[in-house]
Amino acid sequence: MANQQPNSENPRIDIEYRRKKSTEEMRYQIISFTLMIFLTLVAFFAVGYDGFSGWFTVPFIILLAVIQVIFQLYYFMHMSHKGHEAPALFLYSGVLVGAITLLAFLTIIWW
Amino acid sequence: MSTYAQKQGFGATIWDYLTTVDHKKIAILYLIAGGFFFIVGGLEAMFIRIQLAVPNNDFVSAGLYNEILTMHGTTMIFLAAMPLIFAFMNAVMPLQIGARDVAFPFLNSLGFWLFFFGGVFLNLSWFLGGAPDAGWTSYASLSIASEGHGVDFYALGLQISGAGTLIGGINFLVTIINMRAPGMTYMRMPLFTWSTFVVSALILFAFPPLTVGLFLLIFDRMFGGNFFDHTMGGNTIIWEHMFWIFGHPEVYILILPAFGIFSEIFATFSRKRLFGYSSMVFATVLIGFLGFMVWAHHMFTTGLGPIANSIFAVATMAIAVPTGIKIFNWMFTMWGGSIKFTTPMLWAVAFIPSFVAGGVTGVMLAVAAADYQYHDTYFVVAHFHYVIVGGVVFALFAGAHFYWPKMFGTMLNEFLGKITFWLFLIGFHLTFFIQHFLGLMGMQRRIVSFLPGQGFETGNLISTVGAFFMAVATIILLINIIMTTVKNERVGNDPWGDGRTLEWALPSPPPFYNFKQLPLVRGLDAYWLEKMEGKKGMTPAEPLGDIHMPNNSFIPFVISLGLFVAAFGAMYRAETAWGIPVLIIGLLITLGSMAMRSIKDDHGYHIHKEDLMDDDDNKGVKA
Repeated sequence: MANQQPNSENPRIDIEYRRKKSTEEMRYQIISFTLMIFLTLVAFFAVGYDGFSGWFTVPFIILLAVIQVIFQLYYFMHMSHKGHEAPALFLYSGVLVGAITLLAFLTIIWW
Repeated sequence: MSTYAQKQGFGATIWDYLTTVDHKKIAILYLIAGGFFFIVGGLEAMFIRIQLAVPNNDFVSAGLYNEILTMHGTTMIFLAAMPLIFAFMNAVMPLQIGARDVAFPFLNSLGFWLFFFGGVFLNLSWFLGGAPDAGWTSYASLSIASEGHGVDFYALGLQISGAGTLIGGINFLVTIINMRAPGMTYMRMPLFTWSTFVVSALILFAFPPLTVGLFLLIFDRMFGGNFFDHTMGGNTIIWEHMFWIFGHPEVYILILPAFGIFSEIFATFSRKRLFGYSSMVFATVLIGFLGFMVWAHHMFTTGLGPIANSIFAVATMAIAVPTGIKIFNWMFTMWGGSIKFTTPMLWAVAFIPSFVAGGVTGVMLAVAAADYQYHDTYFVVAHFHYVIVGGVVFALFAGAHFYWPKMFGTMLNEFLGKITFWLFLIGFHLTFFIQHFLGLMGMQRRIVSFLPGQGFETGNLISTVGAFFMAVATIILLINIIMTTVKNERVGNDPWGDGRTLEWALPSPPPFYNFKQLPLVRGLDAYWLEKMEGKKGMTPAEPLGDIHMPNNSFIPFVISLGLFVAAFGAMYRAETAWGIPVLIIGLLITLGSMAMRSIKDDHGYHIHKEDLMDDDDNKGVKA
């Protein structure tokens, strides 16, 4: 384990607390990783299964993809931690601008 | 005496500027290049006005007129207004937040050289078979049909300079988020810094649509694509949407820094805190946000349908609200203040009625039903010149006089400055006010000549006379700049006497490391606070220590040069044998110099504490 030894001279560092935090973090990562594998399998199944029409499969796997992106950002890229407000703000602004563009293209250009 | 300050020869100075990563020197580069393109665009404007001075004029041919008109718009927006704004952002913003440089000095230099080579490439079209002639909006069906290489120059040149702008915007964002001095919270940032922040976010989101649109245009024209060709399943309206999704935020990218510059000027020369600071910040952010929801108001007559037209009309009118908040706040800042009518303040005061006139015609144009009448007439021309000249150009002139001492250490002559102001103000209103009525009388925009006996003669003649007033005003400004530079009378930290923000706590121009010790910011208008408590300078927030500085680099110049070469290869690929090799050589130059930058470690250097202590006491923040 990397944080068995404190790498700082500060005597007030609580190793027990740190270890508990890391374990907790690790648990979340493993849970979300398992879920992501599971969602990928579900997506493959949805595409491979003949009983679903394309009108169900396409929106469904897009939805799964969105969930995976959220897992990726929040658990693996630590956006759930403090200090990520500015990146989050800009990510969401970008998503908003992109979504408005898509909406406009879908409603007033092509249909 | 430090070894860093040595007299240099002319060649060494040139080399210094070619390789510099110092934000203050890059600001000067932006100012010179932007000023040059401003004069080029201004000459094009004069040719337009001379051609339209009398009916049935043949000063230029119709084809050449289209090229002049296209290049006037493109040059003024992309190569003059934006770089000049970037000049002030680079010169002032890091000083205002108490930083030693921008976050990525190397990228800052790369951004400038990309813009510069893109601009040069675009303007070389004049000598290589004809400039672009499809209007600055370059609407797809027209630009696809345009013969020769004009529109190719437009697409490739803007692609290169657009990359530079995007890099600059990201750099400013990171600088403002990460490099504020201790105590400089978001709500203590000067308004020019706030507008830089919002504008950089707009650049971040608005330039990618332009990049995509330009790539589609490049593919359609040079590589046999069919994105905009409806006979091949494409759709020409896609370009219009892409262009305006970029283009509308673009006009806010121009006007918001102008608002920032005026906010500083109003507060400084009214000797009052800016009225309603937090509502000003809120209004700036709101204008930036709404700026992305209104692009289709440029396209009311393309047949979007009544629902889309109504939504975009209402959203457009909503922008008048935050803008109105700003106008009233500026007036309340002056109210009861001890006003000094210096040259920058004259520009600022004249800006309010001029810009409001442009805003009011903007709301008129936002009424979708009425827009069918105004569309593509001189009414629109008058409207956007009232907001862009009356807003942005006034701010650039005001900013040039206001920040000149901070950038160069000398004061522009106030008397000549006021002559410039009055001539330009009179010329501006003469030129553009009458165009409202020409438009309402039915004169189309972009038209090469008009017939006698339709009532357009007097209006157009007045308009041309006004343009000459503006030209004379600009020449006087140039004379003023030359005189001031030759006289070279150095000024101190706070030459206006009423500086409020951090940049005025530094010498003019500041030492290359800006702050010997980072300042402690105790509130809005940090320097003013200290002055009011009888202190001579800022309280330092850190002990004197070594300062880490980046090394100069020639690589940004080479990266940009490579793309410049590659653009020629891409353009002449189809008709010449050397096209493909040149394209490959250019890209190899770019990629090779990027690889060199990545592989070679460049850790910069340190200015040692001892050298800083030896430096004259009047440099840097007094401890």
